[in-house]
Formats: sequence, structure tokens, C-alpha cells
Amino acid sequence: MKLYCLSGHPTLPCNILKFKSTTIMLDCGLDMTSTLNFLPLPLVQSPRLCNLPGWSLKDGNAFLDKELKECSGHVFVDSVPEFCLPETELIDLSTVDVILISNYHCMMALPYITEHTGFTGTVYATEPTVQIGRLLMEELVNFIERVPKAQSASLWKNKDIQRLLPSPLKDAVEVSTWRRCYTMQEVNSALSKIQLVGYSQKIELFGAVQVTPLSSGYALGSSNWIIQSHYEKVSYVSGSSLLTTHPQPMDQASLKNSDVLVLTGLTQIPTANPDGMVGEFCSNLALTVRNGGNVLVPCYPSGVIYDLLECLYQYIDSAGLSSVPFYFISPVANSSLEFSQIFAEWLCHNKQSKVYLPEPPFPHAELIQTNKLKHYPSIHGDFSNDFRQPCVVFTGHPSLRFGDVVHFMELWGKSSLNTVIFTEPDFSYLEALAPYQPLAMKCIYCPIDTRLNFIQVSKLLKEVQPLHVVCPEQYTQPPPAQSHRMDLMVDCQPPPMAYRRAEVLALPFKRRYEKIEIMPELADSLVPMEIKPGISLATVSAVLHTKDNKHVLQPPPRPAQPTSSKKRKRVSEDVPDCKVLKPLLSGSIPVEQFVQTLEKHGFSDIKVEDTAKGHIVLLQEAETLIQIEEDSTHIICDNDEMLRVRLRDLVLKFLQKF
Amino acid sequence: MEVPLLWLCEGVPSTRIWPTGAGQDVGRSCILVSIAGKNVMLDCGMHMGFNDDRRFPDFSYITQNGRLTDFLDCVIISHFHLDHCGALPYFSEMVGYDGPIYMTHPTQAICPILLEDYRKIAVDKKGEANFFTSQMIKDCMKKVVAVHLHQTVQVDDELEIKAYYAGHVLGAAMFQIKVGSESVVYTGDYNMTPDRHLGAAWIDKCRPNLLITESTYATTIRDSKRCRERDFLKKVHETVERGGKVLIPVFALGRAQELCILLETFWERMNLKVPIYFSTGLTEKANHYYKLFITWTNQKIRKTFVQRNMFEFKHIKAFDRAFADNPGPMVVFATPGMLHAGQSLQIFRKWAGNEKNMVIMPGYCVQGTVGHKILSGQRKLEMEGRQVLEVKMQVEYMSFSAHADAKGIMQLVGQAEPESVLLVHGEAKKMEFLRQKIEQEFRVSCYMPANGETVTLPTSPSIPVGISLGLLKQEMAQGLLPEAKKPRLLHGTLIMKDSSFRLVSSEQALKELGLAEHQLRFTCRVHLQDTRKEQEMALRVYSHLKSTLKDHCVQHLPDGSVTVESILIQAAAHSEDPGIKVLLVSWTYQDEELGSFLTTLLKKGLPQTPS
Repeated sequence: MKLYCLSGHPTLPCNILKFKSTTIMLDCGLDMTSTLNFLPLPLVQSPRLCNLPGWSLKDGNAFLDKELKECSGHVFVDSVPEFCLPETELIDLSTVDVILISNYHCMMALPYITEHTGFTGTVYATEPTVQIGRLLMEELVNFIERVPKAQSASLWKNKDIQRLLPSPLKDAVEVSTWRRCYTMQEVNSALSKIQLVGYSQKIELFGAVQVTPLSSGYALGSSNWIIQSHYEKVSYVSGSSLLTTHPQPMDQASLKNSDVLVLTGLTQIPTANPDGMVGEFCSNLALTVRNGGNVLVPCYPSGVIYDLLECLYQYIDSAGLSSVPFYFISPVANSSLEFSQIFAEWLCHNKQSKVYLPEPPFPHAELIQTNKLKHYPSIHGDFSNDFRQPCVVFTGHPSLRFGDVVHFMELWGKSSLNTVIFTEPDFSYLEALAPYQPLAMKCIYCPIDTRLNFIQVSKLLKEVQPLHVVCPEQYTQPPPAQSHRMDLMVDCQPPPMAYRRAEVLALPFKRRYEKIEIMPELADSLVPMEIKPGISLATVSAVLHTKDNKHVLQPPPRPAQPTSSKKRKRVSEDVPDCKVLKPLLSGSIPVEQFVQTLEKHGFSDIKVEDTAKGHIVLLQEAETLIQIEEDSTHIICDNDEMLRVRLRDLVLKFLQKF
Repeated sequence: MEVPLLWLCEGVPSTRIWPTGAGQDVGRSCILVSIAGKNVMLDCGMHMGFNDDRRFPDFSYITQNGRLTDFLDCVIISHFHLDHCGALPYFSEMVGYDGPIYMTHPTQAICPILLEDYRKIAVDKKGEANFFTSQMIKDCMKKVVAVHLHQTVQVDDELEIKAYYAGHVLGAAMFQIKVGSESVVYTGDYNMTPDRHLGAAWIDKCRPNLLITESTYATTIRDSKRCRERDFLKKVHETVERGGKVLIPVFALGRAQELCILLETFWERMNLKVPIYFSTGLTEKANHYYKLFITWTNQKIRKTFVQRNMFEFKHIKAFDRAFADNPGPMVVFATPGMLHAGQSLQIFRKWAGNEKNMVIMPGYCVQGTVGHKILSGQRKLEMEGRQVLEVKMQVEYMSFSAHADAKGIMQLVGQAEPESVLLVHGEAKKMEFLRQKIEQEFRVSCYMPANGETVTLPTSPSIPVGISLGLLKQEMAQGLLPEAKKPRLLHGTLIMKDSSFRLVSSEQALKELGLAEHQLRFTCRVHLQDTRKEQEMALRVYSHLKSTLKDHCVQHLPDGSVTVESILIQAAAHSEDPGIKVLLVSWTYQDEELGSFLTTLLKKGLPQTPS
């Protein structure tokens, strides 16, 4: 049993588990932080970005000035943004049998894997994961494709050149494997390989392994996975939450009794309390709008935005914001809002009972109905007619490198009345803002990450008691910026096994048993014998049949009737098959009783001699000698086979067979 | 082990009720299955045709022996039609059951509304006493556990259930009930062809011991749905063209939505302006359920719902009582579907006298209802107060019930590959035909019990045990396919302890139990007349055995002894007679056969060596 670690990003994992002849990929996360090294893609040509100076080496060599631009002391690649893919060389990805997806954020690398590695397996995910994952991919493709960029920089990736560059470019890993965004065609093809599953559905893989998704409480349709055989159990925990937001609560009980628990996707902001952050978000938003400024919220089109809209729904009237327009701009805004309302079965109990009334589970339906929230596919078209300021705009992408958000950053960045509020925890907000510096607008950082924090993790581990925990190395030490916070790491006994990108871990357990079915006809023929109180034994001689990784024991065939033909057989045909083994024997032979038995069976003239270790029974008439010791019996006789067999059977009466 | 099956329902529709054998809201489904010691009740329906005790299933079979909760491990409701869930509050609150009741989310949402509606008609309109109350419906629903499609629900340590999509109506499900290696699948009502708003039923090759399937359309291969739809549209269109009014009595949920989508698209295409109304109350709400549970509808609707929600109707408006007297053509969907009470009956009475008008019955009507009377040709109806209503309007019947037809049932049997089939929810004669067909085609036994009859299936489950991986691998390494002639035997010891069964190698079993092995050894002296030296003897024995025993490992050891596998042969001189040599053949009990064979072989003497 091995774990191949293809991603170093703890919240965007991609691991491969080899378990009992199956190869299972756990998640397919795409590390998009690589895009922070690129210049933003503006929707409308931006003179500021166009006129950034090219970057030159210390010695004045300017051969890279077409590819690299400098902005407020930071250097950016002027090119189509690229993503850091999971490791593709560590293991032949065409051998992957199945991919298990835990939530829509952890499937963004799927088209790269399913379309370009020879993958022929099946992908398993829940319906909300697939639908919302599709929206995220659609948005991403749309953001990048609608601003075609002629330039694709590659010079800077040259290893010899890269080490001359300033940080963070210098330290970027595996830049040669960075790839451009996939196309919609690839997305559709990748998604067509997904098979929908429901929580607690047991999915058989080749009869060898069973996988089951469990509710993880983090997002609509988000799941943890159980990978088990009859005797081994691996839990894969990824992006889970114990907070009461909109999704169905996390199923913790089913994680119990795992041999190995792979722990990924913990909160990226362990020191921030999501509830407090939401409060801060609301008050900063209100403050800005009251002062006549606009609020920009860079966000994904699904997820936390539902919770934010719900908070605002309760907040806007009391805060006197009812006349302020809220805009949600994304190519998938409408779909996201509509989809959120139809997944009743994947929602928390409160929201579910609303559907039973029947009412839409999320109050943003009412915000839309009352025209307080308006959604547009992009800033072009209807939006430009309806646009009123001051306003609040929710739009993507949270990296600030592409999407409509770039336009609003350029538009509002110069005024200190405006505020950008960061709620998504995936990107460092300082790095995200770097290419917009100098900025006059206010920046508020309210990261809302509902995933498990370290206190919740240690409670969870105490509760479910896995034998071993495996996690990314980042979780085995305090965060670099808070190295004194020993509480900000996974604490369990035995200590967790850490993994790094491109590592292969041998998981510490040995399989000892496998399930086998004893057919009823064979079961009927078994004769159990009680050896110790409560323990019975039966010797089994049976024929093993194995099909589709299922093992069955059938009764041995009846011995064929001896052929009546007179034809003399060759000696070799009579040679017994030595593979038909006799059972092992155990027990000891009490000499006196044995002698009595011999006498009962007509032997006379029996003489017993004591030896150092036992006795020798002499049958003088038959010139036969039986040595009896504690753990052995030796029958020594001459030519008389009949006699030997008789004696053998008498000895066997005193012994147990195994 | 056995699978006894009790059929509590008596509402198997017979020809007498409805000649064409259609039947959606018929019978009262309620089946008791006992599987490997677990008792499960499948559906808890009421009979629409009765107003007395016969309305609800008879639970006395169970209650005479104790409480329902003690006897039943769980109750499963397949869908929200009253003939499948109508007796639930009576069962849980009046007879008394506190265990879990499983159904899908849409069923859980819609079921209490239909129950309340049914209660209102029975109690408030008909004034029936001894009926369940609104509070009882609420209390009953508190016992419900909602299940997802394909989710494996662990009812207890041994009993698990799993729901599959069934089509038929929103939220309808088939259920697999499994205990150990034994399983039963209950289809409820299902539809194998997708319609305008629902998908087709689907099940995997789960190979249950028993498949309990509905058989409403046991002998029918229905004409193409398109024909029926065209017919329906033509009739509606013709009637409104000549200025007539069309009344379509429906139940609020189910076929109503299907027909609404049909008319809506037709109106759109033909650019018709004649108003279509939907009677108020329940039905508006109903469409809302369809919007929120859109994931349960068919693929097309699910795909396009963001752009256009099929359940937001442009042409269909809410009905007001006053509209019935408006002049000019109109189409009205009104509840209930059998014209036995409520708005549909009121409108019917107003419009019945005009031959320009038309009533289309899209579903089955139970005996005793106005719907049934007019469908069986009655044109003079006796209403309350001895009033006689003459029916001059046209009466049409069109089956839009979403049940599987014979082809569909066969298809499902093919999908699930059950070991046996049991037919319910159908009519005896037609079931008999289908039974023969199933037995012929699939070579499985097929049962069709009458009400109150018990079917017992003999089952002999295999016993799952844990085999030690060492033993299994050693066995598998020797070749996977056992030879046909000489099958190899796996030998091991089964350890049974606290109901856990493990199969291990005999050595391991001894070790685990702390027992020592007792070695049983045999040594036979074979006397041969031979004057040659012992060493030469041994060599001759070696070459003789080597040529005879081709499949065995024969070795001549440096110390002069010969081994065949683990059997040791030594040559020695006779203590008295130098002309006789003694061969000592020694083996353990485990090699008994070979040892015995060798002694016999050697006794026959050695072949003369060619000099």
C-alpha cells in the first residue's frame, strides 16, 4: 500500500493511493497561485499596464524586457497566465483506475489529467460537485479566453535564467511544467468521464475495494472518502467543516476505525474565526457605502458567496443599505444562483425544511426578486446601462489576475473612498494586489475559511481514532510566519507521517486477511470441534475459485470411480499426488490407554519400555516397534502394510487433526 | 434461511373494475418482507374505493403477536401516491409504530401535503369519524428518515437499504433491502421510458434473491407515447376550436405536470390564445416542488432549467371559481382526478350539460367515483339530493399513467438479474401471462401470491470468512485455474471464535492456539535379495525412482541416502544375512500416501540394471 503525492499544496491535494491492485487518485487540485506571477489580463485595454517598464538584469542586460515587467518593485511575467499542475512524472497516470473528487475546488486539474495522460478510468463525484465544478471551470476558461493575449512567455523559464530573476519568480517550482488553461472542449470531455454518486453510496472497484463518499460539511456536495476492503480501511479527509453553514453537516462517525487517515484541506487561515470575519465584512462594507464609496468583493462564483449574500440579506435593512445595488458579475452568476436552489438534499437541515414548504432554500432568491441583487454575465451589455454607484460588486477571479475584477481594480483603485474586501483565502491578498500598486483604495482582509482548524482536527482525531495519520508536511510544523505557535499543527499519537510533493510514502500497515466465501455445500460438510471453550476448529479441504477478485471455496470433487478397464496402467499414473496434504496433528498419546486399545484390537504380547523422553511399545510377535514421546510418535515395522495402517489409525484416534 | 413474504394488500385490480386494466391509484400496496430475520414493510397504502375499514391494510396479523415497533425493523415508502403511503399516519399513530420510516426527499416533502388533502376530503367534506388528524400526520412525518438515491442506509448493523431512481412520479424510488448476502428489490411503481418531465427507472446488476415488481401493465405493450400525446392534443384542440370547454381532472402532482408541459409547448408552437387554467391551491405549490426538486426530473429539463424552467408556465394561469361561467373556450386542469369531490366535480356539473364540452380522464378511476361511472358509459348520474345530472359532454379516457409496460418489466428484470421474481400490483390473469414469459425468458422462478398468501423462498447463503492472506497467496501462486482432472485442494483450518470465522494454514492455527505439533512418523524395512554393496543399492534405488516418478523431486544425497520429496530411503546391510539388503523407508503422516506407495513399489524389487 503506497501513497504517491503529486501536489504540494495542502488544500489543493492530488494523491494516488495504491491499494490491493487498484490505483486510486484522490482529488485533482490545481495550484493557481502560480498566476500571481503574471500580469493581470484587463478586459479593457489598460494604459497603465501597457506602459509598465520592462525588467532588466542587474548588469543592464534587457533581453527579458518583453517577457518581464516591473511594477512597484515587483516583477511580473507578461503572458497568458499559467497554472502549476500536479506531478505527472512520478507515476504513469494512464494506470490510474479511478479518480475520487472531494469538492469542486479540488477538481480543477481534472482536464489536464483525463485528457492528456492516457487516463481511461472513471471519475467519481457528487452531483453538486460536478455542476458547480463545471461552473468554476467554465468561468475560468471564459475569463482567459475572452481576452486573447498574443504573447506567451517562455524565455524566463529557462533554468539558467530563472535563477537570475528576483523572488518570487526565482523560487517558483517546476515552472517548466506550468500549463495554460484548458479549453471548454477539454472541460466537457473531462466532465463526461464523471459518474455521479450519492453520500454513503458503496461503490465496488473491481470487486477488490469499496469506496464511499461521506458528507464533509464544507461545500455543496463536498465529500470525504472511505476506501476499504473487508479488513482494511483508509479514510481520506479533504476540505471538511464543522461549522453550520449551508451544506449538510459532516459525517464523522463513519471515519472511525481507520487504519490510515489521510488528512488534507485544513483551514488556510487557522487564526481567523469565520464568524468574526463575516461581521467585519459587513461592517466594512456598510462603512464604505455610507461614505459614498464602492465595495469590490473578489470571489468565486459559488461557495462562501451564498453565505455572504445570506448575511447581507439579514443585514442590509438594519444597516440602511436597502437602496444600494448589489451586483454579482460572472459568466456563470445566473447558473450558480439557480443551481444553489435545487440541491435541497445536499443542504443543512434548516435549508432542507424550507424546501419542504416549498420555498427556495437560499434567501438570495428574494434579493433577486426585490431587485436588490442583480447578476450579469460580464461588465459588457446590460450591466453598463444599469450600473449605479455607490454599489457593491461581487466578481472574480480572487487572484485579481483575470476576470471582471481586473476592470474594477483599475476603475476604483485610485480613490480612497472605495474598498476591496478579500474573503477568499486561496491567494495572499498582498501578492494579489502587487501589480495594482500604488493603490489609493482601502484593502480589507477578511478571509473566510470554514475548513477544520487544528483544535477541531485534534478533537476529530481523538474521536475517530485512526491508527495512523498521513498529512502534508505543512501541517506537521507551525506556519513559517508563526513559528512559536505550536498549537497550529496536527498533534496526534503516533505522530503524523508527512508527505511532500513528488514523494512516495509506504503506508504502515500490512494486510493479513482477505474475505472468502464458503459455499453452503462445503459448509455443510465441515465438522467443527471445540478445542477450547468458545473456540471451535474445523479442517477444510476445498477447491479455491477466484473470479473478479472474489474468492469462493467449493467442496472437493468426489473421487472418480475406479475404472473397470483391465488395461494395465503405467506405474506413474498410480503415483499419488503429493500435493494432497494430510492434516497436521496435535495432542499426545497416553501410553496406558494406547496399550489397552491395542489389546482391545487383538494385539497381544505387548511390552512397554521406558526411555528418557517417553516409551517404546514393542509388539514382539509382529516385530514392530512404536516410539511414543510427548510430541512425536514413530511406528517402525517391517513389510506388513496392513498392520502399519491398523496401527496408524489407532494412533490417530488419540490425536487432533488440523 | 427463508424469505417469507406476506401480501397484506387486497387491492389487486381486477377486470371488473376497469376493463382496459389501467390502474394508477388503485389497490393499497403494503407488503411485508422477512429477510434473514429482519422484517421490513414495503409501502403503506390506502384504497381509494372504500370508505370503511377496508380502506386501510389489516395490521392485525402483526399486532396479534405484539407491537408493530417490536416486529418491524423499518418501513419503506416508494413514492407519494396515496395507494402507497395513504395509510401511514393510521399505521404509525393509530395502530402505533415508532421505528424508522424511509423515503426520498421529494416524497417526504410532498407526502404530508397529499395526506392532509386526503384527510380534509374524508373528514371535513365527508364527515368521516375515526380518521387520522393533522397532528397525527405531523407526528408521523417526524419518524421519517430521508434517503438519497444510491445511498446505502444502514438501518442497523445487518440491515441496509438503497434507493434507485424509478421515474413514475417525482421522488419515486425502487429499494434494495439487503442483509448479509441476501437481498430483495422492491420496485414500487416505475416507468422504464423517460417522459416529458421524468427520467427512466434504472437499477444496476445487483442480482437480488428476489425482485418484487409491480405489474400494472403486465400484458400491454403500449403504443408509442407520441401517438397518445398527439391524440390528446388533437382532441383538446378540436374542442376549443369549436368553442367548447375542456375539463381535465387530475391529481395535483404527477401526471398534471406532464400534461401541463405538453399543453404549454403545444400552445407555444400553435400560438394559441385560448386560456388554460390550473385549479388553485395545492397545484401552484406543486409546481414549486418540481422547480426545487429539479434534480429528480429528466436530463433535458435539468440541463436547461437555468435558461428556462419547464415548470414556470407562460400560458397556464391560476383558476378562479368564477371563470367556470365565462363564455368561450378554455381548458381547465382541476383536482381531484376521479371526479369524486372538490373543484373538478363542481366544474363537471356546470359543464356536463353542453355537448360542445369535453372531459378527458387521464388516469384510472376507482369504482364508485363519478369518474368511474362516466367512463363505464353512464350518462345519467344521480347526485346528492336525488338530483339527476345528464351528461351530454364528451367523455374521453387517455392513459397517461407512468407505469412500466410488459416490455419495461422484462427490461428491468434483465437489468437486475434476480434469482426469482414476484409480481404484485396487477391483475391475476395478466400476471399469469407475464409470469410464464419471465420464467421462459430468464429461467427464474416467478411468483404471484394472492392477498394474505405467504411466499417462502428457500435460500442458502454462503458463509463469509476471513482467509489469511498468506494462505490465499500461496494458493493463488500455484496457479489460478484448478486443473479439471486433478483439482488442487486448499487445505487449512477454520477457527470459529465469537462468531468470527477465520481460515488459516494449519501451522498458523496450531501456533495461535498455543498447541504443539505431534509428529507421526513411519519407518518400514523393505528386505531385498541383493548382494551388492549398500552404496550401489542406493544408487540403483535412485535411478529406479527417478525414472518412475517423473513429477517428483528425487534426490541422491551425499551421505548415500535417497529422498523423494520429504521421504527418506536408506540402504543397509542385513545384520545376519549378507545376501539381503534392507531399505529403510521413512516418512511422516503428511506424506502418508506417497510413503505407502513407495514401500509397495520397492517391495516389488528393483529392475535389473542393463549391464
